[in-house]
Amino acid sequence: MTPERPYTLVAELTYRCPLQCVYCSNPIELHRHRDELDTAAWVRIVEEAEALGVVQLNLTGGEPLLRDDLEHIIAAARRREIYTNLITSAVPLTRERLAALQDAGLDAVQISLQDSTPAGSEAIAGVDRFDAKMAAAEWTTSLGLPLTINVVLHRDNLGRVGEFIALAEQLRAHRVELANTQYLGWALANRAKLLPTRSQLGHARELADQARARLRGKMEVLFVLPDYYADRPRACMDGWARRFIVVAPDGLVLPCHAAHTLPGFDFPRATEHSLHHAWHEAEAFQRFRGEAWMPEPCRSCDKRHVDFGGCRCQAFHLTGDVTATDPACDLAPQHGIVEDARRDADVTPPAAYRYRSLRVVR
Amino acid sequence: MIDVASVVRLAPQARLRFDRLRQQHMLLYPERGLVLSPTAADVVALLDETRAVAAIVEQMVAKYGESNRAAIAEDVLELLRDLAGRGLLAEVTS
Repeated sequence: MTPERPYTLVAELTYRCPLQCVYCSNPIELHRHRDELDTAAWVRIVEEAEALGVVQLNLTGGEPLLRDDLEHIIAAARRREIYTNLITSAVPLTRERLAALQDAGLDAVQISLQDSTPAGSEAIAGVDRFDAKMAAAEWTTSLGLPLTINVVLHRDNLGRVGEFIALAEQLRAHRVELANTQYLGWALANRAKLLPTRSQLGHARELADQARARLRGKMEVLFVLPDYYADRPRACMDGWARRFIVVAPDGLVLPCHAAHTLPGFDFPRATEHSLHHAWHEAEAFQRFRGEAWMPEPCRSCDKRHVDFGGCRCQAFHLTGDVTATDPACDLAPQHGIVEDARRDADVTPPAAYRYRSLRVVR
Repeated sequence: MIDVASVVRLAPQARLRFDRLRQQHMLLYPERGLVLSPTAADVVALLDETRAVAAIVEQMVAKYGESNRAAIAEDVLELLRDLAGRGLLAEVTS
């Protein structure tokens, strides 16, 4: 069954980024994605998306602020009454640029923090731009734009969840997302160093739960467990090609931002086909929709409407089989892969991170 | 806690939009959205400026009938408390 419509267009405007985060969800083989769509193409994509039912636009990347035509893309979204979210590292930002984006119709800003201190941020991102992020957060709220603070959690910063919440409050954020790393892309390459222990997670989760109760109605506190510890898989993208449509920097149309790492797919290009075609007709979008593709134990599981069979990219990157049950599920035949990784987390991790880079290291 | 004496308006980050695809109203806010029933959309439309909850109830009674007053007052409060819990309501006084 084809879902009626996508609600959110995730526009990955570029893979360029001033940061080199060790858990970046961008593909490791970035050199394949040099050609970026031009302004006219993005404006058309935004218009086609709205006709398809999209009401939310996430401008992301890479770092979307590196596109000097961001104002034009935002203006196109505003003309179609789309709610526009800028998902940014906030590093190449000035107050004037942010005000111009707001004038063009920007609705909300999400700023990523790597840690609660400059030194901690540098250890993750390869560069220290902490003060620039603090300034950008202040401009966001002083201009009257809603601010979300996003922190990717891992074993080296989980102990500072209390500090992240306090910092988000101090910055007058509307929402703080404390999201544990999903182990794909660069994060999978660095998993042995990033994966926390169960006791670390329990403590952090408790702090987040207390803050959520205390701040209800003032600041939303979101805490996302790593699925390696969740027993059941996460509902990746709310189900394959069910609510989200992603367009990569080069125009590849995807059901999730990592789907082009899967073999054996012919994903449509926005330069050759309409988004309507991609959503309703492309085989790649149909393949894991609904339940017909599911193997046991998913097929007869009473949670299949909750997690939609988990993450296809995780299934492939951990087992080599894109149709396998997501190993994050404790009912999966290959759950042992995740159990082994958890056991390794209790042992001393390796000393060095592998930093995201546009140069391919083999 | 919001009651009939509260004075409220929609928080600036929330935006009401009509969804042509399903002919319904949606309330959009950062990276999320709520589908509104027709009556909920009537209430949210009244939150465009600062209003007393009692005044919102009066407007809804004028539209949906005096005989439904008790149910309307209850529904309006339930909706406003739900929105407030999501941080979508600016409470001016209470």
